[in-house]
Amino acid sequence: MEKTILGRKIGMTQVYDGQGNLIPVTVVKAGPCTIIQKKDQEKDGYEALQVGFEEQKEKRLNKPALGHFKKAQVSPKRFVKEIPVTSTEEYQVGQEIKVDIFNEGDFIDVTGISKGRGFAGSIKRHGQSRGPKTHGSHYHRGPGSLGSVDAARVFKGRPLPGRMGADRVTVQKLQVVQVLPEKDVILVKGPVPGNKKGLLVIKESIKGGKEKAASK
Amino acid sequence: MDIIREIENEQIRKDHPNFFPGDTVRVHVKVVEGNRERIQTFEGIVIKRRGSGARETFTVRRVSYGVGTERTFPVHSPKIEKLEVVKRGKVRRAKLYYLRKLKGKAARIKERRR
Repeated sequence: MEKTILGRKIGMTQVYDGQGNLIPVTVVKAGPCTIIQKKDQEKDGYEALQVGFEEQKEKRLNKPALGHFKKAQVSPKRFVKEIPVTSTEEYQVGQEIKVDIFNEGDFIDVTGISKGRGFAGSIKRHGQSRGPKTHGSHYHRGPGSLGSVDAARVFKGRPLPGRMGADRVTVQKLQVVQVLPEKDVILVKGPVPGNKKGLLVIKESIKGGKEKAASK
Repeated sequence: MDIIREIENEQIRKDHPNFFPGDTVRVHVKVVEGNRERIQTFEGIVIKRRGSGARETFTVRRVSYGVGTERTFPVHSPKIEKLEVVKRGKVRRAKLYYLRKLKGKAARIKERRR
């Protein structure tokens, strides 16, 4: 089974490990996610679980959506996502997925929406270098040459200013430092994409590394 | 925010004596060498404390063989075995960066009496 859970970024802090070293961690409130629907090969053409995360007020939903939750006999949820699984047989509708699917030391991939930077220049957006500030220079933070004169056009993909951030970003192979099941909280080593309170999808890492191979 | 505070509060140590910039302290630090652990002491003047809660750190300055050395420790680090206050100092500011420019007799701090 592929371990997946939805969560919210709470913020960052630091904790000490067993040796007394300080580790920067991101606090993520993950789950519980309720299974709303099972998608199967026969009917839908693929195997997946539809899960909901966080409560939603009934009045904020339209009738079709409300009916969908009613059918599964679960309370309305704010976020609904599908988790691909190899087989849905071991799951029941209404069952909850909690943080305890992860253990300390596991590697996970975290997906979120990165912080929006608005309309950013090419220095911030593409890492270009800046021009001199002084010595008669009038070229400060511009994008530089747009290409040859001969082409008489600008080629596609030319790094130019534009909207930056607010993209879907996945950070792979982050380590789980601590799991606090009673608080539904997971501590992840290092930063994760997005603002505080941003929605995150946490998955078992596809890059297991040595540690994963050893545990199998 | 509350979850973060809970996590941080769990780490706070309450066994240190009160100490302030200007005080001379002896810090007993656990040092791991290979698989052996021993205690090393570092004695000097606290020149600053910064941050708050579980993230607070302090910097100790000592001059040994004419070379100034500063070490910064997290206040609540489990690597600190023990912290002793050797002398209370009377200072008028919170960050004693001016000590870096002074040597010998000038770098002394008056003792605080109570």
